[in-house]
Amino acid sequence: MTGLRFHNLTLGYERHPAVHHLDGAVESGSMVAVVGPNGAGKSTLFKGIVGTLKPLAGSIERDGLDARDIAYLPQAAEIDRSFPISLYDMVAMGLWRTKGAFGGIGGKDHQAIEAAIAAVGLTGFEQRAIGTLSGGQMQRMLFARLLLQDARAIVLDEPFTAIDAKTSADLVALVQRWHSERRTILVASHDLDLVKATFPQTLLLAREPVAWGPTAEVLTADNLLKARRMCEAFDEDAEACVVAAE
Amino acid sequence: MLYALLIAPFADFEFMRRALVGVLALALGAPPVGVFLMLRRMSLIGDAMAHAILPGAAIGFLLAGLSLFAMAGGGLIAGFVIAVGAGLIARATTLKEDASLAAFFLISLALGVTIVSVKGTNVDLLHFLFGSVLAVDDPTLILIVSIASVSLIVLALIWRPLVLECVDPGYLRSVSRAGGPAHIAFLALVVMNLVGGFQALGTLLAVGIMMLPAIIARFWARDITIMIAVAVGAAALCGYAGLLVSYHANLPSGPAIILTAGALYAVSVAVGPVGGLIWLALPRRHLEA
Repeated sequence: MTGLRFHNLTLGYERHPAVHHLDGAVESGSMVAVVGPNGAGKSTLFKGIVGTLKPLAGSIERDGLDARDIAYLPQAAEIDRSFPISLYDMVAMGLWRTKGAFGGIGGKDHQAIEAAIAAVGLTGFEQRAIGTLSGGQMQRMLFARLLLQDARAIVLDEPFTAIDAKTSADLVALVQRWHSERRTILVASHDLDLVKATFPQTLLLAREPVAWGPTAEVLTADNLLKARRMCEAFDEDAEACVVAAE
Repeated sequence: MLYALLIAPFADFEFMRRALVGVLALALGAPPVGVFLMLRRMSLIGDAMAHAILPGAAIGFLLAGLSLFAMAGGGLIAGFVIAVGAGLIARATTLKEDASLAAFFLISLALGVTIVSVKGTNVDLLHFLFGSVLAVDDPTLILIVSIASVSLIVLALIWRPLVLECVDPGYLRSVSRAGGPAHIAFLALVVMNLVGGFQALGTLLAVGIMMLPAIIARFWARDITIMIAVAVGAAALCGYAGLLVSYHANLPSGPAIILTAGALYAVSVAVGPVGGLIWLALPRRHLEA
């Protein structure tokens, strides 16, 4: 199925590790929150999972799934809001994996696009230029695109930051719907209350894995303290890692 | 009276008909490329590339005289070399791409003018700098029309990855490998259309038919497809009107076409529906919802 497996994974930039010796598996169909202080390596881990960043050491097994089939919502989308494109066309791009650069979009596809837009509560916004959308509406639009991607594995990097409570609640409901459809879901979040309420599994990351398992066992005061003690800055005088030499 | 003003020059003179066909072909091929350049904030890069093709064309001229094949071929090669070279230098050194391209194009322009002056006359130099749209012969016309046709076909093929690469390159990278090739194909289209425009309008104005219609269209459209349609229409109109102006007022035609476009630009800035200045001066009451 479509689980993920990390084998002694180290990811980083210019030889400095941002994720250091991560081992373990994300069970297929599970919903895992990735939690940690700033600079803990959450975004780096996600970039490694979707194939944007090559590992410095170790590997990631994606259970036969191509990295391009994993739906990914980055923390800060590099979207050019001044580009003259409608919300409808942006959402429609979610069909890329099935349609490619030339595939036609037929009646059924239009229905799917409209359903996705309705599912995120943006009916009526179809012809709006993306530059006229608010932050929350933009995020809903990106979720609609994710819906259309219909991916078996979904990776969301801090999707609920800076949006209002109602939008947040609606999007969380969407994520739970994906979970019920047995998709593998990974979400990075700073909101510990949300994580405790919504996610059965949590990975507490502070460059090195601090704890990984059922949320209640992972998010203890002890573990959180340990994570907070992680040093944020790269050590410019660091030596080559001895563990990596094995 | 209207006939004499608007139709007669083309009905009576073959060179005018030729020029019109050339300009209309340019109006089909160049503005769509210009719209993408403008949206990607590469407007001045188009200008730099236009000057960059000059030494290539000049070397072609040096080797084979006013041979279309030599000059167009030389221009294409120079254009690609500069586009790639500027990018590589920007990647390998601390210089940003705009500065690297600026250095290249200034050197290219000076080099091109020098080379033409070595072998050619002042007339040749003027042709290189400002083109001779009224002197396009059959081979040149065929070249321009072929470039426009190929350009439209390639644009249709790379349309989706090109649009997505402009608006959300991160997403495109996450679902496809088409981004890189689409970008390169786009740069190739820029160079090709500049080489085509160079014959009719010269190196200093070739980019005019590419960028001005696109900039005009910005004031009339909110959707990219309509923007391109407006840009093509504006270019065709300016080509036709510019030729008429140059005929009746006895002015050089290349600059006349670009000046007509300039006038249309001024009108657009003033009263264009999307962001025209007039809407700032005459505010209307806001709506209920």
